[in-house]
Amino acid sequence: MNTNLQPSGSAYFITKPTAEPERHTLSVLVDNEPGILARIAGLFSARGFNIDSLTVSETNHEKGRSRITVVTVARPKVLRQIKLQLERLIPVHKVHDLTQEGKCLERELALVKVAGKGENRVETLRIADAFRAQVVDASTESFIFEITGKSSKIEQFIALMMPLGLVEVVRTGISAISRGSSKM
Amino acid sequence: MSEQMSGAEMVLRALKDQNVEHIFGYPGGAVLPIYDAIFQQDDIKHILVRHEQGATHMAEGYARSTGKVGVVLVTSGPGATNAITGLTDALLDSIPLVCISGQVPTPLIGSDAFQECDTVGITRNCTKHNYLVKKIEDLPRILHEAFYIASSGRPGPVVVDIPKDVQFAMGDYYKPSNESDHKSYKPQLNGDLGAIEEAVNLMIRAEKPILYTGGGIINSGKEASESLRELAELTGFPVTSTLMGLGAFPAKSDQWLGMLGMHGTYEANLAMHDADLIVCLGARFDDRITGRLDAFAPNSTKIHVDIDPSSIGKTVHIDLPIIGDCNNIILEMIRIWREKTDQNRLSASSVWWKQIEEWRDVKSLRYENSDEVIKPQFAIQRLNEAVKDKDTYITTEVGQHQMWAAQYFQFNEPNRFMTSGGLGTMGYGLPAAVGVQVAHPDAVVIDIAGEASVQMTMQEFSTAVQFRLPIKIFILNNEYMGMVRQWQQLLHGSRYSSSYSESLPDFVKLAEAMGGKGIRCDDPAKLDDAIQDMLDYDGPVLFDCRVSKEENCLPMIPSGKAHNEMILPETKDIGNVIDEKGKVLV
Ligand SMILES: Cc1ncc(C[n+]2csc(CCOP(=O)(O)OP(=O)(O)O)c2C)c(N)n1
Ligand SMILES: [Mg+2]
Repeated sequence: MNTNLQPSGSAYFITKPTAEPERHTLSVLVDNEPGILARIAGLFSARGFNIDSLTVSETNHEKGRSRITVVTVARPKVLRQIKLQLERLIPVHKVHDLTQEGKCLERELALVKVAGKGENRVETLRIADAFRAQVVDASTESFIFEITGKSSKIEQFIALMMPLGLVEVVRTGISAISRGSSKM
Repeated sequence: MSEQMSGAEMVLRALKDQNVEHIFGYPGGAVLPIYDAIFQQDDIKHILVRHEQGATHMAEGYARSTGKVGVVLVTSGPGATNAITGLTDALLDSIPLVCISGQVPTPLIGSDAFQECDTVGITRNCTKHNYLVKKIEDLPRILHEAFYIASSGRPGPVVVDIPKDVQFAMGDYYKPSNESDHKSYKPQLNGDLGAIEEAVNLMIRAEKPILYTGGGIINSGKEASESLRELAELTGFPVTSTLMGLGAFPAKSDQWLGMLGMHGTYEANLAMHDADLIVCLGARFDDRITGRLDAFAPNSTKIHVDIDPSSIGKTVHIDLPIIGDCNNIILEMIRIWREKTDQNRLSASSVWWKQIEEWRDVKSLRYENSDEVIKPQFAIQRLNEAVKDKDTYITTEVGQHQMWAAQYFQFNEPNRFMTSGGLGTMGYGLPAAVGVQVAHPDAVVIDIAGEASVQMTMQEFSTAVQFRLPIKIFILNNEYMGMVRQWQQLLHGSRYSSSYSESLPDFVKLAEAMGGKGIRCDDPAKLDDAIQDMLDYDGPVLFDCRVSKEENCLPMIPSGKAHNEMILPETKDIGNVIDEKGKVLV
């Protein structure tokens, strides 16, 4: 069902959707088995769901569990389907909609390479300092910064580096966790 | 307790431990060790097919007519890719299958080896789950888990891909004692009692209720059909069903409204449209059922009972979801209803039933019969008459004949009607009939076929001959891909682009060439005798029933229309019914 393109999921019903799309962060606890990422990604593409960001890594080695953070943009009805379809996958243990469940922490890490000389180099360092970006590599003509934070902060940092000689950027995508003492 | 054996032997042993009696397969390089193991045992009978797609549909027919898991065995590469259609079919219709495929040896995987394909990659989206077995130690667990996953919860196909070196490897075989104790997969079987009670309250208060049932009742087992009958009896509610649910409720009951949806009866669709309470049991509000969604059952409260939470609220808003196994939930409904009321069923809904009778009087399945040519509807009615006291199973292909079978054949028991509903796979019916006959050797098994569909998997007629399976292929030969022609008439100015069945084989000679019997009939007066000949013959029969060529399958809810905007049989010119907006819909 391509709920994104045809909001009702029916071939008979092509009308305008009512609710607006929302951005939600989902946390998915899975068995870390071969092909699990392909299963998740395949589900999103097969059913026409969006992926804005996806990160995955093993979080519990003894039990062989991984946690996947998916950021998606969808209308409420589709969001419900995304969650239910994910839960239908056999190796999926739990799916939590962190956005829906209240405040959650979202962080991303980026490595940002900037090249420049003279005045630009000084300005680059000044801004990096203001953003608490660490210099993790340096040459006479370049820096690599490591910066973590909300995506918006990283985007702002990248925008400021653009005119100062931004060479390239890599970003991890978002990792998210719920606030407070409860666990998933 | 464990025993040493090879991977190939483990496959056979696990099948035996799962009480498998028949498997449908085709050999090749990557499954030779398993075929060798088959050769050296007598417990499991192997049915050699002619094409792997045939094996999958046979397994589907076998599974659907017995409630057991159907088992398929194919080789790597082309063997696996040929099985894709049947796997997808089983996924959409929730049929439990286990498909074991051979794979190139593990060290060769990824090297584009001879007959290598990425079977788990290709089948990921057309199976409920799949496995590539990389180590012999994992094989026993995976084999048993595959059966558990295929048959529990919402059933579906599971692929187990076994590299050839793993088939040769020696290891310890064991049967897990707690196979239903999966670490992440835990289908919910019992419905929430509070919700069921709430449902019963709604049912007692309803003035225009309807039970809308589907394949979930069949999948829930024979008991679910019995419970449904009891619930209907107790409540006095009218009952309709999807294509996949036919037979769960007896067509001979006076509470039966017939199938609903695109080619459903007037009374079933109007009752859905006007209902104030829809109790959906194991159906999924599929687009063939709902028609135009914004006009679907506009004034109803909807209760949806389903074992798959993702089916609930997918297309239609549900007021009261109940997740669990249909039979458990229906039994609870019955218990709670009895506790709450001894309401007289007829007096409570007499106004509603009076309305339904008026709709029934429209007789939406009427058709103009003829003395000169066999009408397809008439052919099915005569077929039904000829077998009505026999132990009969019906399969179909896909097209008009499939809908006519659903409309005119009377199904009174579950597991008697095998058809490709979700995927609409032409070529399903003949192999499905083979599978059904394997499971029920003494029953009458008939594939109601179209002349186009049947040619897609025709070669399995040889399988029937080889294994002495007396299937009857009853072809409603209208010399058209009738359903395509009907849509072209409906939507494309009767320009019958590529829908004429050109260069048809002589089906009688074809049957004879393949070692079966061929029968042809084109005279309504001789039809009964010809059908009797078919039933009397102790072997596979291909019956070429020449029917009127341009008959339309009606009634019909055309695209873009609501349930109360059906085309009824007297509509001669169906070409003017659909507006521009409806034409883009399928
Ligand atoms: C594999 C496959 N290809 C194409 C279709 C599209 N299709 C649906 S019905 C139909 C025509 C079927 O013709 P026939 O078997 O003669 O049945 P009739 O409608 O004439 O009863 C076609 C081509 C399909 N359902 N399945
Ligand atoms: Mg035809």
